Amino acid sequence: MADVLLITFLITLFYMAIANRLMTYVKVLAFQGVLLFFVVFIQLSEINLLNLVLILLETIIFKSVAVPVFLAYLLRRNQITREAEPFLPNFISLLIVTAIVVVTFLLSNYIHDTHLDKLFFVVALSTLFTGLYLIATRRKIITHVMGYMVVENGVFVLSLAVGNEMPMLVNLGIMLDIFASVLILGIFLNKIGDVFRDVDVDQLSNLKDI
Amino acid sequence: MTLIYLIVALGLSAGLFLNRNRRAAYLITTLFLLVQWAFTLYVGFHLRTADSLYFTYDALGFLLLVTLSVVALPAALHSALYIERHQETSASRGIYLGSLVVLITAIGAGYLANHIAVVWIFTEITTLSASALIYHHRNKLALEGTWKYVFICALSISFVFIGILFLSLSLHYAGSTDLSWANLQANSASLDPFWLKLAWLFIFTGFTAKLGLVPMFTAGIDAKDTAPGPAGALLASVLMNLGFVGVFRFYTVVAHTSLHHWVGVVTGAAAFLSVFVAAAYMIRVRNVKRMFAYSGVEHMGLVMLGVVAGGVGYYAAILHIILHAFVKSSLFFQYNQLYRVYQSKSISYMGGYFRIAPAGALVLLLGFLSAAAIPPSGMFVSEWLIFRSLLEARLILPLVGVALLLTMILWAFGRNIFRILFLPPAMAEMPPASPAPAWESASQFILLALAVYLGFFPPDGFVDLIRESVSLLP
Repeated sequence: MADVLLITFLITLFYMAIANRLMTYVKVLAFQGVLLFFVVFIQLSEINLLNLVLILLETIIFKSVAVPVFLAYLLRRNQITREAEPFLPNFISLLIVTAIVVVTFLLSNYIHDTHLDKLFFVVALSTLFTGLYLIATRRKIITHVMGYMVVENGVFVLSLAVGNEMPMLVNLGIMLDIFASVLILGIFLNKIGDVFRDVDVDQLSNLKDI
Repeated sequence: MTLIYLIVALGLSAGLFLNRNRRAAYLITTLFLLVQWAFTLYVGFHLRTADSLYFTYDALGFLLLVTLSVVALPAALHSALYIERHQETSASRGIYLGSLVVLITAIGAGYLANHIAVVWIFTEITTLSASALIYHHRNKLALEGTWKYVFICALSISFVFIGILFLSLSLHYAGSTDLSWANLQANSASLDPFWLKLAWLFIFTGFTAKLGLVPMFTAGIDAKDTAPGPAGALLASVLMNLGFVGVFRFYTVVAHTSLHHWVGVVTGAAAFLSVFVAAAYMIRVRNVKRMFAYSGVEHMGLVMLGVVAGGVGYYAAILHIILHAFVKSSLFFQYNQLYRVYQSKSISYMGGYFRIAPAGALVLLLGFLSAAAIPPSGMFVSEWLIFRSLLEARLILPLVGVALLLTMILWAFGRNIFRILFLPPAMAEMPPASPAPAWESASQFILLALAVYLGFFPPDGFVDLIRESVSLLP
């Protein structure tokens, strides 16, 4: 069952690669949160109850409700145009994300590990690199934030793979997730959106050597 | 004891954030410096003991902690001067000093942490406090710098976390779940190489944001440029050392595995590229602060080359980061006085500084000689040892490459510094002479002298401590 959920998660990445509207990204992020909720529920069977509840709450409340709602609020508040404005055409994005997934699959062949479900490894690394790819190829600053959230989801999937043996690492991952998201979103809400009206990365190029 | 120190420091910083009284703010900051030094002395008297579960007072941690406490004194002094001169509001003064206290505390605790996850947590805290310092001016440039810094650092701490996850997978083979440095060290023979490779790639890449190496060095440059001078001094010296601690302690573990050579190649390549990038930027940079920051990238590249070369290079690397912290912070402290005279960061608007402020000009000149490792600079000794270690490791090609790049850096750095000191400004009139009083340069002279003293006449205890910090390496 966890496999089905993880593969669905992988498919959302392809969808993200060709999505045009920013709201689609927000919805996919929320959906990924829900998927992670169920993965946690199935995967972390050996963990103590209180800790499990904490992790479940983090996925369902923080990842799939709070962050998407907040992102949607930011989009409205800063009147950000709804197109994602990628630097590359969608078709090429799709090819690149496919390449990322294929390469991580090939890399996973080197794993001879009984402790780890390979699928977790593939999904985690693909998500990580897709997130980085989204950051690198989208023009708006808000899409950088969304790309970062994708990276965080990838990190979370990986921490689940070792979650039963080391619950502490999952908790640390959650701490990172909340800490970094609040910091980044907080700065964005308070400042970036107000000062840089048209929120393009092109505007963030005033710090120069000359 | 570390826990008590952390709680006290946190309380003091909370006091600074809430306090609106000018005198009380400086009083609390002074109090914190006393606590910091008391803690440093305590660590010195309890060397080689574990404390508060997650901290060990080892030689490397202690050496860097002393460096931090030494740099913290002038940093606080110059921060006070800076605040007074800029007529800050009580709120922005509180945020600045409070963040400074949190930053210093987190860096110190990160040095002493004996568990990789704890180092990681304190690195996160430094990102938070540093971003408050970088955003101090609250203008568009500061915002841009802060945003880039926070974003890159958030990405890189995620990277470190992924690395820690891979490391835990690697540790499974040893049948252990304890990620403390000592346990990793003890089990280094049974770590799984595949996971360890991935762990090294991610952890090293993540820490380069703090250490200031390729690929994540850019965030640090913008941060040091936009942060106020005294805060930039901390970012450019002791915070880089925190990144070094993370990489170095992990390197100590990896050096005992079959991956030693591979890790050496990867790290050496990143280090060499850093020196190359620093040289490329140094040639065209016109912004004084960024020039100092790029010089830091060059030095960290040299340090990592020393670590990779091994042998006497380990000793040289530790010596080099300590001396670099003193020299680079003194240059950043001096920068604010420079800015006061010319009201610009650009070299094109600067010139004739020797006539305007002889004391400050002497700091720049000596700082340049120190950073360029020209005798009588103490860094000459460490840099020479690094070159010797490269030679002994038969890394002739990197050695020649680095020597060429250093010549270029020396030329670019020297040209800019001498232009500031002796030539008239290129694009502006000579400003009216209104230098800062000469005593404000005193702390810089002391730091530079300290670097010379430690380089040429290191006391026995100091040498022993450095030897001890590298004793775990093969």
